[in-house]
Amino acid sequence: MDTLSIEGTAKTPTVRFDASKGLIELKGRSIPENSIEFYKPLVEWLESYAKEAKSQSTVNIQLEYFNTSSSKCILDIFKRLEAIHKNGSEVAINWFYDEDDEDMLEAGQDYESIIRVPFRMMEVAAG
Amino acid sequence: MSFDVNQLFDVNQLFAEICEEDNLFAFEGTITSEEINTILENVEARMAELQIDLKHRKKIYNITVECIQNLYHHSDMVPEPLVEKLGKNYGQFVLRRPGNGYFITVGNFVLNEKIKFLSEKIDKLNSLSSDELKEMYKFILNYQKLSSKGGGGLGLIDIVRKSEHKLMYRFYPYNDDYCFYRLDIVI
Repeated sequence: MDTLSIEGTAKTPTVRFDASKGLIELKGRSIPENSIEFYKPLVEWLESYAKEAKSQSTVNIQLEYFNTSSSKCILDIFKRLEAIHKNGSEVAINWFYDEDDEDMLEAGQDYESIIRVPFRMMEVAAG
Repeated sequence: MSFDVNQLFDVNQLFAEICEEDNLFAFEGTITSEEINTILENVEARMAELQIDLKHRKKIYNITVECIQNLYHHSDMVPEPLVEKLGKNYGQFVLRRPGNGYFITVGNFVLNEKIKFLSEKIDKLNSLSSDELKEMYKFILNYQKLSSKGGGGLGLIDIVRKSEHKLMYRFYPYNDDYCFYRLDIVI
């Protein structure tokens, strides 16, 4: 299936969903006024990927900021990944946060407590 | 919260008064999607200029996003006599630094019938511990659907959690139908 690549903007993250490598990445900012429209193709891609998921998928989420409108859409992404994990494929979620950004760490922990997929909290040194 | 009925409310005067105190960035006017971009760029540039530490910078930016987008979705309630002067989507946003802390003040008109709902909602959030706020946030995140405007009822909870302080609010009476809702957030 096709790789989903979207360049980031001031309000939306860079997306790279690569089925051949089992690599799912979101980086940057996710603060659109209405996030449903932005996340729709991402969720649809994951629905297709679920049918032919790699035995191991790596998910890298490295967000500088996200708004509450995006938070539900990100949970939706995680729920699709949880379904893939339940079906026997290995899924590992790496949640990156800047050191000193306790709110972003806590946001990752909030998701970790809702989703039954292993999370790894990855601290990034402030640059 | 009680009304001072003897004082005639002037929205521009209120804005001027708020701006008088150690203001770092201030905006009043029509909130459009393009205006949101400009406000966020300006707030970010101002924080860089002032070399605000990363922890506060992130909190201020996040809370600014929620406040401004909240205004964008809900500031379409300008009383008819003021529409010509203020436009149809009028809101105020001020970032201040009195002393060592940061303050964000936002304001917009709301219908008087919303006062009870908003007061009760904020009072409830103010009464919760950080653990209770976390549980409430996770519950709404997991079980409540997004509205057609893309909001999920999480904005205020997120603001309280990130601010780590009680919210302060006031309703300034305007006429029989409308009042001006002011929210002060300490960061």
